[in-house]
Amino acid sequence: MPTKTLAGTPVDTDDEGYLVNHSQWNKDIAAALAAEEGITLTDGHWRVLDFIDADFKEKGVVPGMRRMNKVGNIPTKDLYALFPDGPIKKAAKISGYPKPASCV
Amino acid sequence: MSDKIKKVSIVVSKGSLDGIYPGLIMGNGARMEGIEANLFFTFFGLYGILKKYMGSIKIATVGNPAMRVPDAKGFPLPTLLGALPGMSAFATHMMNKEMEALDIPPIPEFIEMIHDAGGRIYACKATVDMFHLTMADFCPQVDKVLTVGDFYELAAGGQIIFT
Repeated sequence: MPTKTLAGTPVDTDDEGYLVNHSQWNKDIAAALAAEEGITLTDGHWRVLDFIDADFKEKGVVPGMRRMNKVGNIPTKDLYALFPDGPIKKAAKISGYPKPASCV
Repeated sequence: MSDKIKKVSIVVSKGSLDGIYPGLIMGNGARMEGIEANLFFTFFGLYGILKKYMGSIKIATVGNPAMRVPDAKGFPLPTLLGALPGMSAFATHMMNKEMEALDIPPIPEFIEMIHDAGGRIYACKATVDMFHLTMADFCPQVDKVLTVGDFYELAAGGQIIFT
């Protein structure tokens, strides 16, 4: 299993760079993961990351686009603006959760 | 990853539920991967973007030998029974329920999602003329009516997928 150092802390990831152990995640790690995607985290990003975190703890999966819209009240346009070219995948990675396994 | 797909142009040519959804799922999935997506609706596929009908698209229960009841691993549905009134509505209802559970949006919402995601929605000029349609008949997400020549121009440099 690959290990890499983010924000001065070693973390375990899968081959695509998703954290495999969410207990190793914290806000500094999130900022470092975001930087890898060329993203500087703002309050808007945190609204998305916080929703993913809460929803994952409840459902055990990363929410899809529709759930982000309907339950998280985060519009599709906002998600694409905040996390360009792959909103759900990027947001999932930055929030320290696995790669989304849904088609929609 | 140097040969990553950068653009897909998807032709939706069929007007049944199972004719329209694959194109929408592929188009939305492309945007989710950062791939540019054009959706071109032609012939009966056009019903997927007609304001008045897009919310009531149905599954065909006749002429589909793979159709089984009451679920995907049930008994084959004989053609004659598939023709009974209400069968198509019933099968559509069942499938919509399954899709709702998977958070796959209804067609109008899905079109809006794809458009908000930056996907482009186009209608085929030949069909528009043949069906005597105007822009007012389409949902607001339709960007333009295109000739097939316009379509090829837009699709240049990317992949074309016909559904």
